Amino acid sequence: MDGGFGYDQYENRRRDVTMNRESANILSVAGLRRTYGDRVAVDGISFEVNRNEIVGLLGPNGAGKTTTINMILGVLEPSSGSIRIEGEDVSTNRTQALERTNFAAVYAPLPGNLTVQQNLRVFGMMYGVKRLPERIESLLDRFDLGKLRHAKCGVLSSGEQTRAGLAKAMLNEPRLLLLDEPTASLDPAAARDIRAKIRDFASLEHVGVLWTTHNMGEVEGVCDRVLFLSHGKILLEGDPRTLPSGHGKESLEDLFIAVAREPLAIARD
Amino acid sequence: MRFHRTAAIVLRQFYLMRGSPARVLPLFAWVVIDIVLWGFITRYLNSVAAAEFDFVPVLLGAVLLWDFFTRVMHGVSMAFLEDVWSHNFLNLFASPLSIREYLSGLVLSSIATSSLGLLVMVLTASLFFGLSFLVYGLMLVPYLLVLFLFGIALGIFCSGVVLRFGPASEWLVWPVPALLSPFAAVFYPVSTLPAWMQQISKLLPPSYVFEGMRAIIEGRGHPGNALMWSAGLAVLYIVLASWFFSCIHRLAVRTGLLARYSAESVN
Repeated sequence: MDGGFGYDQYENRRRDVTMNRESANILSVAGLRRTYGDRVAVDGISFEVNRNEIVGLLGPNGAGKTTTINMILGVLEPSSGSIRIEGEDVSTNRTQALERTNFAAVYAPLPGNLTVQQNLRVFGMMYGVKRLPERIESLLDRFDLGKLRHAKCGVLSSGEQTRAGLAKAMLNEPRLLLLDEPTASLDPAAARDIRAKIRDFASLEHVGVLWTTHNMGEVEGVCDRVLFLSHGKILLEGDPRTLPSGHGKESLEDLFIAVAREPLAIARD
Repeated sequence: MRFHRTAAIVLRQFYLMRGSPARVLPLFAWVVIDIVLWGFITRYLNSVAAAEFDFVPVLLGAVLLWDFFTRVMHGVSMAFLEDVWSHNFLNLFASPLSIREYLSGLVLSSIATSSLGLLVMVLTASLFFGLSFLVYGLMLVPYLLVLFLFGIALGIFCSGVVLRFGPASEWLVWPVPALLSPFAAVFYPVSTLPAWMQQISKLLPPSYVFEGMRAIIEGRGHPGNALMWSAGLAVLYIVLASWFFSCIHRLAVRTGLLARYSAESVN
């Protein structure tokens, strides 16, 4: 038995985790692959999300966006590859990785049989939020939910449910925020309002955000960088404001359509 | 394991109960109906049978203990099904909550709800039908404990079944106590059963409780080793049920079932 060897391993790991926390890199995905039988849903993708950065994950339906997010959240096991959140491996240190993560998605609404405030309290406890009552008040205020605090989430409008879901997603002041089409069911005014709130949150709290959407205007307005996903592969990556011209397209929407229809041609570019 | 995460599950259940009479009423309504029904049956039997035999502690006591076991099992299953019905798995399992913390939360919720049911049953049985728990003596405590542990084990196991086979399989869960009751020898000695049923009966902790209960009433006393064996079995079943649930959860993460879990996508 060599007790010193164990200690060195511990020290090396602690140093790795500390370095990752201090570096700009919040999310690191390497060689991520997911298959269902013969079908490849995500095909060996690698990318990073940095502090103070909003990254758009774009692609047509079935491209692998939600599968990727589910794997980052630890609710779907990758066939291969690794996911690290501030240096913590999601597969081996799930709890530590998810303590600094949160998410909002249209397909995961808050339980409709609890009020907004009850949901925030329950999930706040689950995420171990310090000074929870103050944090809840601040989020109710930030998302204009004060008057709805005693309303059951199931009776809220789509926009109100989205705001409640975002309040839950920001409860634990996550270092990594995953948003799967957060404005999908909102009218343009409400969507703009929500975008501004997420943007503020990301810049004020030094958060990395991974954002999926089909709204190209939203991507141009919000994202610092985009990843175009098609058939489980990242075909393009870059600044959403300059990427279209670099591929001979007038707009991000044109580029999106080209990626959806002719992924092989885009990949060759 | 962090207690605040387990407490979050209990708090969620408390909020649901507090705001919903439809959830609170079944905690004691059915058991009261059972106690009243069997209370009158025992009264009638006492009036037509030999005067020296009292049916109240034998039948009514058995009904009370069996209903307690059923309440415990349903307490765990109901708390789990709340997450199924509200499509809450993604929110729960994408949080730092571990399976052990989650199951502990379900068990603590069940302790609260089954205690309420037990209290109401005890009051009804003693006030209206003269059931005295003094006849069981101190053995009542280990009896309740064994039934509680087995109820927890069965509740966790049934939750795993629903997680694996989808929301529609909840209809497999509700009749499980009724399915076990003939083997558990709630109202008759195990020796009444055919040999093959007796073999199954030996594997069920409640059968030792009801055998012991009848032995005490008949003045024979309960063999301590049988009680230890039944408690050991119940603990073993909790370990096995928790392991089963963890395996099903891992399978659901591996296959993608958890990510897709909803009434629409499963079954």
